[in-house]
Amino acid sequence: MNRIYTEDVSVFYGDNQVLKNVSVSMENNTVTAFIGPSGCGKSTFLRLFNRMNDFIGSFHKTGLVSIDNTDIYKKDINVEDLRKKVGMVFQKPNPFPKTIYENVIYGLRLQNISDKKILDEAVETSLKRAAIWDEVKDKLTKSALELSGGQQQRLCIARTLAVKPTVILMDEPASALDPISTSKIEELIFELKKQYTIAIVTHNMQQAARVSDRTIFFYMGDMVEEGDTKMIFTNPKKELTQQYITGRFG
Amino acid sequence: MTHLESELQLLKAELLSMWQLVHSQLKLAQESLANADKDLAHEIILKEKRVNALETKLDIECENILALYSPVAIDLRLVLSILKINNNLERIADIAKSVAKLVIRSEKPIDPALVDVTEILLMFEEATCMTEDVMKGFESENTQLARVIFKRDELLDSYNKKSTAVIADYITRNPGNIEQALEVHTTIRKLERVGDHCTNIAEEIIFYIEAKFVKHSKAKKLAGNSKGQED
Repeated sequence: MNRIYTEDVSVFYGDNQVLKNVSVSMENNTVTAFIGPSGCGKSTFLRLFNRMNDFIGSFHKTGLVSIDNTDIYKKDINVEDLRKKVGMVFQKPNPFPKTIYENVIYGLRLQNISDKKILDEAVETSLKRAAIWDEVKDKLTKSALELSGGQQQRLCIARTLAVKPTVILMDEPASALDPISTSKIEELIFELKKQYTIAIVTHNMQQAARVSDRTIFFYMGDMVEEGDTKMIFTNPKKELTQQYITGRFG
Repeated sequence: MTHLESELQLLKAELLSMWQLVHSQLKLAQESLANADKDLAHEIILKEKRVNALETKLDIECENILALYSPVAIDLRLVLSILKINNNLERIADIAKSVAKLVIRSEKPIDPALVDVTEILLMFEEATCMTEDVMKGFESENTQLARVIFKRDELLDSYNKKSTAVIADYITRNPGNIEQALEVHTTIRKLERVGDHCTNIAEEIIFYIEAKFVKHSKAKKLAGNSKGQED
């Protein structure tokens, strides 16, 4: 079943068109990697799904962006509810200067949930799913800023999971991490896809090849090629894709 | 040109050097057998060490490229195909060496009548030409040239198939030359293997250029275009 679906999506910042007629679908429990050179539109495309682009004044789009068969840009959509459903993990870990516990339940507090039992349960479940529980269970009251970069990123993933999203967007989630932390994040993505639909922007070709089921290659706002990741990295159909993934670009 | 591209070009150039050496080994083996030239046979055995060294070097370089550059798509296919072509070439060189050993241990030249009935020199010529032509296919990235090899291998197969009856008949007529007849029979089987190695190499060239697996499929081997990436 398709969780995310776009049809003829074009995005403009003022007069500048940054995405051109992109139509894709992403199924439940899959990881889709968006690859392409800087400025190709892949992060803009990712941020369509939680309406992060709305913060940019000159942004406007045409075409359909649908999640679970709902047009997420129609007028009566509650954007806050949408962002509960569509979590996001950023390039740099961005924990709040609070305890580990408070970081995880931050989204729940915003929803005015204060039942300690519910909060405790959410903390444990989310940290376990983010594969960091064993490392932090004895220091939940310590500052999140005391954690390493890799741990902070997994904490941020736990914070995203606590509000029970169905879709997780990741914008270069491991680019600021060392190889061991990167490997943990990649393993985590592999585990998370059993329950979530994941879209990931990455500049790391090997990472895209390792973690994703489908890959979409963007170039100058065009979706050049979309397909099974194995196919894209072994026998891409388009010459441009081959030039990009083999590093013969420009 | 990227660093990886220059590494791949070097790798290709080294494979072609290996190929030329193996082709020359096979040609020398053919001459040495035709003329019972033991000096030439000794030269082949000496040069075999160079083939083995080149094989190891190419293997190590492929491993390094895989480990250091994580190639993908056509680059990955090139490295994988070079690994396999390298292995097949080394085996062809082994066959040239075994012919050289036969020449060295033979007390007398092969009976011209045996040469005639078995057509071993014609077979040798075809095997040597196939090794050279499949190299041209790789060098020019021309899969049509590679595909011709599949058909030519059938010719070597046919020489091999009829050899048992021909040799048996020869032995009946020449009971005093059984040992030499059996040696020639073994050599014919080895030359047939050269055809198989060339076929394996042709399959690798098609995999590299067209990203198609044509192993174990006669129809796929004969079908297809010369450039796979643009289809």
